[in-house]
Amino acid sequence: MLDSLLALGGLVLLRDSVEWEGRSLLKALVKKSALWLVYHDFFRDPLNWSKTGEALPGGPLGALRAMCKRTDLGPVTIALDSLSWLLLHLPCATLCQTLHAVSYQDSCPPGDGSPVGKVHVLGLLHEELHGPGPMGALSSLAQTEVTLGGTMGQASARILCRRPQQHPTDQTQWFSILPDFSLHLQEGPSKEFQPQSDPHIPLVDPMAHLTFNLHLSKKEREARDSLTLPFQFSSEKQEALLRPRPSQATSHIFYEPDAYDDLDQEDPDDDLDI
Amino acid sequence: MFPELNNLLNTTPDRAEQGKLTLLCDAKTDGSFLVHHFLSFYLKANCKVCFVALIQSFSHYNIVGQKLGVNLTMARERGQLVFLEGLKSAVDVFFQAQEKPHPLQFLREASAGNLKPLFEFVRDALKPVDSGAAGWTYPVLLVDDLSVLLSLGLGAVAVLDFIHYCRATVCWELKGNVVVLVHDSGDVEDEENDILLNGLSHQSHLILRAEGLATGFCRDVHGQLRILWRRPSQSTSQRDQSLTYQYKIQDRSVSFFAKGMSPAVL
Repeated sequence: MLDSLLALGGLVLLRDSVEWEGRSLLKALVKKSALWLVYHDFFRDPLNWSKTGEALPGGPLGALRAMCKRTDLGPVTIALDSLSWLLLHLPCATLCQTLHAVSYQDSCPPGDGSPVGKVHVLGLLHEELHGPGPMGALSSLAQTEVTLGGTMGQASARILCRRPQQHPTDQTQWFSILPDFSLHLQEGPSKEFQPQSDPHIPLVDPMAHLTFNLHLSKKEREARDSLTLPFQFSSEKQEALLRPRPSQATSHIFYEPDAYDDLDQEDPDDDLDI
Repeated sequence: MFPELNNLLNTTPDRAEQGKLTLLCDAKTDGSFLVHHFLSFYLKANCKVCFVALIQSFSHYNIVGQKLGVNLTMARERGQLVFLEGLKSAVDVFFQAQEKPHPLQFLREASAGNLKPLFEFVRDALKPVDSGAAGWTYPVLLVDDLSVLLSLGLGAVAVLDFIHYCRATVCWELKGNVVVLVHDSGDVEDEENDILLNGLSHQSHLILRAEGLATGFCRDVHGQLRILWRRPSQSTSQRDQSLTYQYKIQDRSVSFFAKGMSPAVL
């Protein structure tokens, strides 16, 4: 499913974290889908500090808006590295409006009735940088969300796909990126990473070679099973309490005070010093 | 530099990687020993170092540097080290007339400023000199530390933009390295610091995190160091992605050992 992500169109959110980075997956997906790559370099001077005049007018947002007004009709994939940068520098509403305008171009065909090619927008988003509000807003705009994670050195992608008029699907795909940025899908965490119990160490039975007897004979076992616990409220006990029999011998305390006992009810311990 | 830390990071001054951003962070402890390590490491690697020191004076770093085998005074005199002493030069912003903006010009601005003058200072300090006589290997930017910039009134996005530009110029254009220190506020809720720390973590290739022990102060184990390499999810990664060691800081060195294996305990 990971390799057919871009077939669906709309906005695909690639959510990564510090531990599991998503840039290499973004590059792998771009490599898979792109026949012809146009690269807008906003890395060197995104805020136009150098003022050399080389920067594109309007900065990254201007470039993104320019893509809304494209005239060629072929399918196009727009990859954004990263959406987090845009979200930190622009108001969330502006970014969402621009993304919506770019990703849903094919729903508003131009006046002459000719079909517009599908637009795929692939955005890299760093989860820890944003609060639940902006994340939720981008999430609701997205057709597909891929959340990166992993275990034991093996990366996985959880793909949540929302297609119109269909149930959302949720799948997890294990993968790795090869050095040439091609995507290699895997079945699960590779075996070499799983902890294995060493078959050469024999399991020792701790119950063997004891100097005391831990086992019960058959008679002892029966006697134990038939024993009622003192605090268990069984039906016999309930009846005994409801119908007290006066002849039932209850326990008595027989006390013979000896010569030194001085039973003073006000000072039984004889330690008041008044 | 600390040889044991070099072993853990699998690097030496002769064969260090270039074009990398290293993030140092500390939580509930003092991570400045990592700054001293990298300062002496890159000076020994014959790099041109630009040190933006906002926390301590020059003499402090010099004294520690001498224990680690580098002489900062001599390095500065021969042009290998460009040292911006934040504590001293912050006052110059107010009392000395400057033709061009001072690197710490943002201190004068009432509204949220940016660090463009500081970036221009770094760029001018590290750009290759045409005379070619010096022959330094590659440029290195060291910042101690970035959290104080937040306390001085800058926003996290402004500091992230500054590091972005430094990365573009120093790491990508000049094939050098950038090392920065950020404090982790930990339990204290500090949104701006969290954005700065997470944003830098996503841009870094290597993250060294010094943490105090969860059980509190100990005489023989001063803390725990977590090393995280941020590498693409490749199938043939032979090195571990993340390692954790405990450490003890001594007068001239730091010794590292696996958790629970401190010599004092064994």
